[in-house]
Amino acid sequence: MRQLHLLLLVIVLCAIGLGLATYKVTTLGLPLTASEKAEVWNVEARIIFRAKPDTSVKVSLPLLFNPSGYTILDEDFVAANYGLAIEQDDSGRTALWAKRRAEGKQLLFYRAIIYEDAEKTTDSGKPPVYPSIPDYPENFRPIIQGLLDKARQQSADTVSFAQQVIKQLNATSPAPELKLLLEHINNSRNLAKGIHWILAGARIPTRIIQGLRLEDGRRYSELESWIQVHNGKQWRTLNIKDGQEGLPSNFIIWQIGDQKAFSVEGGNEIGLQFSVAKTLRELVDIAESRAVLKGSHLMEFSLYSLPVQSQNVYKILLMVPLGAFVVVLMRNLIGIKTFGTFMPVLIALALRETELAWGLLLFCLIVGLGLLLRAYVDRLKLLLIPRLASVLTMVVLLMTSISVIMHKLGLEMGLSVALFPMVIMTMTIERMSLTWDEAGPAEAFKQGAGSLLVATIGYLVMNIHALQHLIFVFPELLLVVLAAMLLFGRYSGYRLTELWRFRALAKR
Amino acid sequence: MLRTLLNLKQAGVVGINRRNADYILRYNERSLYPLVDDKLRTKRLAIAAGIAVPELYGVIEIEHDIGNLPDIVSGHKDFVVKPAHGSGGNGIYVIIGRINDRYQHNNGSLLTEEDLEYHISNILSGMYSLGGQPDQALIEYRVKFDPLFESISYRGVPDIRTVVFRGIPVASMVRLPTRMSDGKANLHQGAVGAGIDLATGHTTNAVWQNHPVEQHPDTGANIRGFKIPHWDKLLTLASQCYELVGLGYLGVDVVLDRELGPLVLELNARPGLSIQIANGIGMQKRLDYIDQLTEIPVSAQERASLAQDLYLRI
Repeated sequence: MRQLHLLLLVIVLCAIGLGLATYKVTTLGLPLTASEKAEVWNVEARIIFRAKPDTSVKVSLPLLFNPSGYTILDEDFVAANYGLAIEQDDSGRTALWAKRRAEGKQLLFYRAIIYEDAEKTTDSGKPPVYPSIPDYPENFRPIIQGLLDKARQQSADTVSFAQQVIKQLNATSPAPELKLLLEHINNSRNLAKGIHWILAGARIPTRIIQGLRLEDGRRYSELESWIQVHNGKQWRTLNIKDGQEGLPSNFIIWQIGDQKAFSVEGGNEIGLQFSVAKTLRELVDIAESRAVLKGSHLMEFSLYSLPVQSQNVYKILLMVPLGAFVVVLMRNLIGIKTFGTFMPVLIALALRETELAWGLLLFCLIVGLGLLLRAYVDRLKLLLIPRLASVLTMVVLLMTSISVIMHKLGLEMGLSVALFPMVIMTMTIERMSLTWDEAGPAEAFKQGAGSLLVATIGYLVMNIHALQHLIFVFPELLLVVLAAMLLFGRYSGYRLTELWRFRALAKR
Repeated sequence: MLRTLLNLKQAGVVGINRRNADYILRYNERSLYPLVDDKLRTKRLAIAAGIAVPELYGVIEIEHDIGNLPDIVSGHKDFVVKPAHGSGGNGIYVIIGRINDRYQHNNGSLLTEEDLEYHISNILSGMYSLGGQPDQALIEYRVKFDPLFESISYRGVPDIRTVVFRGIPVASMVRLPTRMSDGKANLHQGAVGAGIDLATGHTTNAVWQNHPVEQHPDTGANIRGFKIPHWDKLLTLASQCYELVGLGYLGVDVVLDRELGPLVLELNARPGLSIQIANGIGMQKRLDYIDQLTEIPVSAQERASLAQDLYLRI
């Protein structure tokens, strides 16, 4: 009954620990190993203009809006003393900057850090309404009609129809009758808009999408336009230059439709520039930002939500259970004797700061000198507590003098001696000298060496960086450690040292 | 190594993990520990139950009372000072006599009044108690051990340790002090442990420092085949201690006094496992058998004879 209870508890703990960790890896994308970095893109829109004197300034800029295949990890708006409002509706988002008075050159920034998701969502949306035929000017009407008729003859469906129109408009030697129309389109400097306008003549639903190619170091003076044609089922994207279908894989859609446009009121010499840069970012940061965007509250309660100072403390604290587990293994499975149960863990923590060889040396030095002084104090026949207090004082004095002397000798490692837990050192000295008196120096050294051995192994385990990262990012794995400890709590097999102890009995 | 492990399992040797997990944690209620950890309470319980123990001369509980020491020991030439919460025989001073104003320690040294008072002060401040708790010092009758043991012990009182499980003795050994153990009767301090045939009370084989020995290392006398006097009485006494404190897995230390016969010296809630080495046999099979018993005989005498019966059968 008790065994079953324990087994169930262990299984539940393992399931929770491993389940949470798996969720964090697969869904939130937390990295299993440290220093895993991923590429993120820094996309920046830079608006520059000269403010007109004595007028208020209003700037509106369409913003990235749920770009398919990408996640916006972070956004920044930089503008000196401008009021900022962000408007959002079904068709997109716009940033509105406003200022009552501005003078001279004005500089506004919008910066987004975006991360490429694995999943690219296809925008099904609701089917668009068929556009009505635009009221073309008298002189264009026959030309457009001719263009559309020709395209209709050479195409099979909506998409190929649109492709034909695009090809004719982009032909290197366009048909002479199109010349007037092309001039008209070129005047407006917007080929996509022209295609949209002409295709509406065949009542084909189209929309313009604008965006950027994510290439490191690229600069754009304007967004690249593509035209999307609805074939009754979905939007198909066509290149407005050659009619080729499909977006490049590194293309990010900035805005869909052309309802919203960049505009500056109250300014001249207006310039807008987009730039793209690639940077690396810790996968953990990315996962954290994405979790927030996905509405997962798990990361809000992660250790990363703490101030960096406390994070560093917890990085160490979370390793202590692993150190304790080492003690469990060493004592209950191997059978090594130590002074105090968790003294080796505390020594191991101190070793982290001092480095192994130096730490062991300093530890032996202090305990050795402490034992000598303790032996001297013993002759004075002092009561227990005052004696402990005086040994503690001597330990502190010893640590101080070691630091100073080693510093003078140019050995900076001596300074880290202050990190040893002095109360633990005092108790170690006391217990070691008692063991010395009662069980002889051999036993005292045996237990002292055992303590240092366990401390060293604990230090080596706690210092595995991969493990530190794993436990810090997935603290729930400590539940698995807990489960292992619980199992060892019912371990009733032999200890390794007992095989030696009872060897005489094994011979029979 | 694997073969050693299998052999040990085969021999039914109980390891520390098994002792703790299967016997101490299951059968020894934590709340009963103070009854055995505090030797003063054990002694008072035993006296009330009519179990023979060494006579208590006095107790020193606070620093100030140390001055009473001469009064307490005034009528007694020899005595023993021990911490009420000591373990492993630590902190026990056996005074075998006096020379002028000095106390004669059984290890041969002479102690001044001050030395002894400092020792008692150390006891009171918790030097020998678990966790350094403030302690009391007991001053009691020094057992004059049966001359029978003279040839096989060196300065000190041999005692007989019996492991009692659910009131039934499982194994016994006699612990013989040596020069190395400084008169103490603990195996890890260098005493010789000799297994005892529960049925007859004869010593069987012996170990010293984990090695089988035939002769006592200091006296050179043969250890095997020694008949322990009052054996049946001693075994019943050990069984009785189960009712006394209610611990299912119990170590009972008994000394044989020349005049008073078997006296219970102390009880132990976590008896060690060296008794298996001394007897040259593991306890597992007997423990398993007793573990499965649905009914345990009520009288201590019956339990003692059940133990002797089990010794021959298992």
